[in-house]
Amino acid sequence: MHHVVLDRWSRGQSWIHARDARVKLASALALLVAIATVRPGVYGPVAGSLALAAIAASLARLPVWGLLWRAGLVLPFTGTFAAMSWLSGDAERAASLVLKSYASAFSVILLLAVTPFPALCRAAEWFRVPRILILLMQFIYRYLFVVSEQAQHMWLAAACRGGDRRLRFRAAAGAVAVLFARSYQRAEGIQHAMQARGFKGRFEALGGSRFRVADLLFLTVALLLILGIRTGGGQAWNR
Amino acid sequence: MEPLIEVRRLRFCYEDGALALDGVDFRLDPAETVALFGPNGSGKTTFLLHLIGLLRGEGEVIVCGKPVRRENLRFIRRKIGMLFQDADEQLFMPTVLEDVAFGPLNQGVIPEEAQKIAAAMLAQVGMESAAGKAPYHLSAGEKRRVALAGVLATGPEILVLDEPTTFLDPPAQRHLLDVLRSLPQSKLVATHDAAFAAALATRAVFFERGRIVDSGPVEEVARRHGWRT
Repeated sequence: MHHVVLDRWSRGQSWIHARDARVKLASALALLVAIATVRPGVYGPVAGSLALAAIAASLARLPVWGLLWRAGLVLPFTGTFAAMSWLSGDAERAASLVLKSYASAFSVILLLAVTPFPALCRAAEWFRVPRILILLMQFIYRYLFVVSEQAQHMWLAAACRGGDRRLRFRAAAGAVAVLFARSYQRAEGIQHAMQARGFKGRFEALGGSRFRVADLLFLTVALLLILGIRTGGGQAWNR
Repeated sequence: MEPLIEVRRLRFCYEDGALALDGVDFRLDPAETVALFGPNGSGKTTFLLHLIGLLRGEGEVIVCGKPVRRENLRFIRRKIGMLFQDADEQLFMPTVLEDVAFGPLNQGVIPEEAQKIAAAMLAQVGMESAAGKAPYHLSAGEKRRVALAGVLATGPEILVLDEPTTFLDPPAQRHLLDVLRSLPQSKLVATHDAAFAAALATRAVFFERGRIVDSGPVEEVARRHGWRT
């Protein structure tokens, strides 16, 4: 069974992977803020941020097209709101919404693809993110694996009996219900196993992180580039 | 001699009303290995889950002198290491080493020490070469051994094994048996495999409809209930 590829990607060996999770989280947050604060109708900084993230992905030896494709998952959701803006006569806002949400999703996926999730949670703790939020993130992330695995089992079982992907609506709805029931059962088993080994509500990590000069260099360069794109070069592109 | 585990009149009903345990009395003494036989649905797993406080029924369960209650759970889960039936449920961390270190880290062991313990436990079960692998890339036998290493890393005095030979081919079963026989802990093994139980256990009990209906030497209990393959 293959699992969520992001987890595999996050275990890479590149220079960017080796950086402290805190500097990567801080850089990603800076990039998200830079994207979010761009006025509707100004596309340069957003496109520049996306390009910067794509270059970072390439330097991290990640499949850029794979990341671009996965970031597209956000489009059906934001596309709905963009369509509403478009229909109400605000085409610029609609285009900005689509572009900004896509660039933001790409940045977040990139962060997850270069940082193992436990390290990311530790970094969030360091930034004083409320514990309950971190715990929720951890469980959602972990149970995505559970649901994904169960879905793969069910798809294989269906394929073995001649089922195809184009399930009729009723069959698909039934399959989703079974998927969640099975995932629930599986999740309960995992919870038991975790409790049996003394789980206290927090995933402890093996490797402690250490802030190095290279991390400071990474953070400085990242922030300067983001600042530059946000305030300078990108704006010029729109004039 | 004070028993390691003592269970008195344990009774448990699931939410759907199914009576899973109906007045179970049981005792595990130090240095003893007991096999639990019984058909599917006879209550073996439900019984084992009560020992580490994952289910609560009526009656009394005492582990190493302490009753299984909320305030004693941390103590009890240090004393009992449980190997679950489905190793995939037990291996939830991204790498084998992290998974084995999960228990010690939750016990408050510092990361460097937890890593050493995990490496030593992996070596004990012959899986040191898998430390950096993702658990889902392992074979069924390897997963079982890694899960066992994860249990051993918590330093338990009692091992509770739920169907440990499920999904294992004969060589993997033999290897697991060798590892288990080399471990000094008292053991409680729920299994359908009478030969495996005979090679490991000193005594057997037979579960039927939530009750222990027979107890004695492994071969005799297996023979009386037609539990030979």
